Amino acid sequence: MLESLTDRMTSALRNLRGVGKLSEENMADALKEVRTALLSADVHFKVARQFVEDVKAAATGQEVLKSVTPGQQIIKIINDELTKLLGEGSTALKDKKPLRIMMVGLHGAGKTTTSAKLAKRMAKNGYLPALIACDVYRPAAIDQLETLGQREEIPVYTDRDSKDVPKIGRQGLEWAKAQGRDLIIFDTAGRLQIDENLVQEIVKLKKEIQPDEILLVADSALGQEAVNVAQHFHDAVQLTGIVLTKLDGDARGGAALSMKAITNVPIKFMGTGEKIEEFDVFHPDRMAQRILGMGDVVSLVEKA
Amino acid sequence: KRTTPTFYKAFGKVGGVFSGKKLDQGSLDDLEEALYGADFGVETATEIMDEIQAAYKKDKSLRGQDAAVIGAAVLRRVLDGAEPPEDFLTGVNPDVICLIGVNGSGKTTTTAKLGWRFTDDGKGVTIGACDTFRAAANEQIKAWAERLDLDLISSHHGADSAAVAFDAWQAAKSRNREVLILDTAGRLHTKGNLMEELKKIRRVLQKNDPTAPHHSWLVVDGSIGSNSIEQARKFHESFGLTGLIITKLDGTSRGGALVGIYRELKLPIYFVGLGEQKEDLQPFSVDNYVNAIFGLGE
Ligand SMILES: Nc1nc2c(ncn2[C@@H]2O[C@H](COP(=O)(O)OP(=O)(O)OP(=O)(O)O)[C@@H](O)[C@H]2O)c(=O)[nH]1
Ligand SMILES: Nc1nc2c(ncn2[C@@H]2O[C@H](COP(=O)(O)OP(=O)(O)OP(=O)(O)O)[C@@H](O)[C@H]2O)c(=O)[nH]1
Ligand SMILES: [Mg+2]
Ligand SMILES: [Mg+2]
Repeated sequence: MLESLTDRMTSALRNLRGVGKLSEENMADALKEVRTALLSADVHFKVARQFVEDVKAAATGQEVLKSVTPGQQIIKIINDELTKLLGEGSTALKDKKPLRIMMVGLHGAGKTTTSAKLAKRMAKNGYLPALIACDVYRPAAIDQLETLGQREEIPVYTDRDSKDVPKIGRQGLEWAKAQGRDLIIFDTAGRLQIDENLVQEIVKLKKEIQPDEILLVADSALGQEAVNVAQHFHDAVQLTGIVLTKLDGDARGGAALSMKAITNVPIKFMGTGEKIEEFDVFHPDRMAQRILGMGDVVSLVEKA
Repeated sequence: KRTTPTFYKAFGKVGGVFSGKKLDQGSLDDLEEALYGADFGVETATEIMDEIQAAYKKDKSLRGQDAAVIGAAVLRRVLDGAEPPEDFLTGVNPDVICLIGVNGSGKTTTTAKLGWRFTDDGKGVTIGACDTFRAAANEQIKAWAERLDLDLISSHHGADSAAVAFDAWQAAKSRNREVLILDTAGRLHTKGNLMEELKKIRRVLQKNDPTAPHHSWLVVDGSIGSNSIEQARKFHESFGLTGLIITKLDGTSRGGALVGIYRELKLPIYFVGLGEQKEDLQPFSVDNYVNAIFGLGE
């Protein structure tokens, strides 16, 4: 096991006692520890480097405050920068009716589950949701969405005889509108961002249904490839938001920072369990603490 | 017949950093970046970089290719013993293989692929549908069983998963099947009650055969980062793993987390998943993996 961030930061910051101003030189060791902490949290290499640069720029030249130790000061700067970066952009969905939402992402990320979660949540806010089953590949994908819809009393459009996804989308949209539905969520199949044919499929679907929101559903435990995944999907369909799933696990969630930093697409929601109500708007401050292993850092601030 | 997707295509080369060009500080940085980019984790990436740096110190004319050879040697050393024995079935009928793992990692798809693979090798297979929890989990495994013409024992939604395991074993026994594969519900390793449910499956199976399950494989999504190590550790603690399967390596992820897991738990890696079709499952080979990562051996 690696030493805890607390231990490593404590020793890295020791030399900061008694300095008047924060400088590149006197912060070097501490910033190296921060970089390692980010990398161990699966933050992308390039993003970690840039982030450390930004923190350095923000901190350099700052007078060391009398009331806190330099260590506390740096940690505060890091935490604030991270929260700011993660929280840029709004978590709100476009305020209009009807609202069309297309879900995209890798296999098993949580798109189908999140479609139902989002429908349920929005229904509480006065929307009349409908779900459109656009995954024609995964065995029983349609059954899965239908089951979730039945459970929550949300109508689901399916066409089991067609493999023509854009057409299913268009017909589903018409069907939902005819039913007076004003929140229409399109669940799509899992796909690799490099699978050109399947990526073209969602590009075509997008053209047919003109979604107001396109949400990338991503596992919070993703590794270094998270940036490529987010960037490719963003290039293909212009994402309007990211949903992080499986935050009920103990992944540090560096992928969130990576995806946000590279695409600048706001993180809007988070999934915190398998149950339909285990879903919330994204909280950047909690995520920042998680990525840094802030439990550690907080205790460090107390010790410092 | 079985057409195996190639590992090489699955990984491609790690950028152009392992080319014939002489190394300099810039390319060493790129190299380090590529190693991190493969999710090897800080420890392994540092170990590989240290050896490359040491060699570079001695010989400034070192080329990218030489660095690849050094990196490959380190990785091969780290992964020594990671291949399972070729003939891993115990000969007990049925040999029980239990697939477990976090949500969405690929257990059900891998169950189907394995079922097809054993059938293709002339073995009798029964599948037990022990995910009685997730929406349409039964329908999903049923669809696979029909598609591949596999024996399936399942129950209704919400049924006791351990009871399904028990029944599936009985059925496999009475039909004289060589292999019983149990697909279980996805669960995060952080959920104590769900880990207890897994232990119950084991206890109930052992009423039939005290040596079961003969194989307990953790199915890990290859695009997951360092958390997969924590996943493996926790599942191993509660269930006693005997091996790993790494899925979704047909993507751009290099699955480096398997290195981290192996480093810590020394569990053999039985198969890698390279797609969504029945034949997209390949036995793990250290050489193929290492060569693919470092763009060697072609
Ligand atoms: N613990 C936990 N599990 C989740 C969460 N969101 C989804 N899941 C589970 O993750 C698994 C995959 O979810 P799905 O909704 O089927 O994912 P998908 O992206 O639609 O999958 P494909 O359609 O196969 O690409 C299921 O077992 C879900 O119950 C979450 O926030 N926490
Ligand atoms: N590209 C790719 N997709 C895969 C692979 N293995 C599984 N999948 C896909 O990943 C998604 C989830 O697979 P499942 O087999 O349902 O995963 P699971 O672990 O059973 O999921 P839960 O039961 O919900 O926990 C599906 O869309 C599969 O088609 C693989 O090796 N490559
Ligand atoms: Mg789905
Ligand atoms: Mg499953």
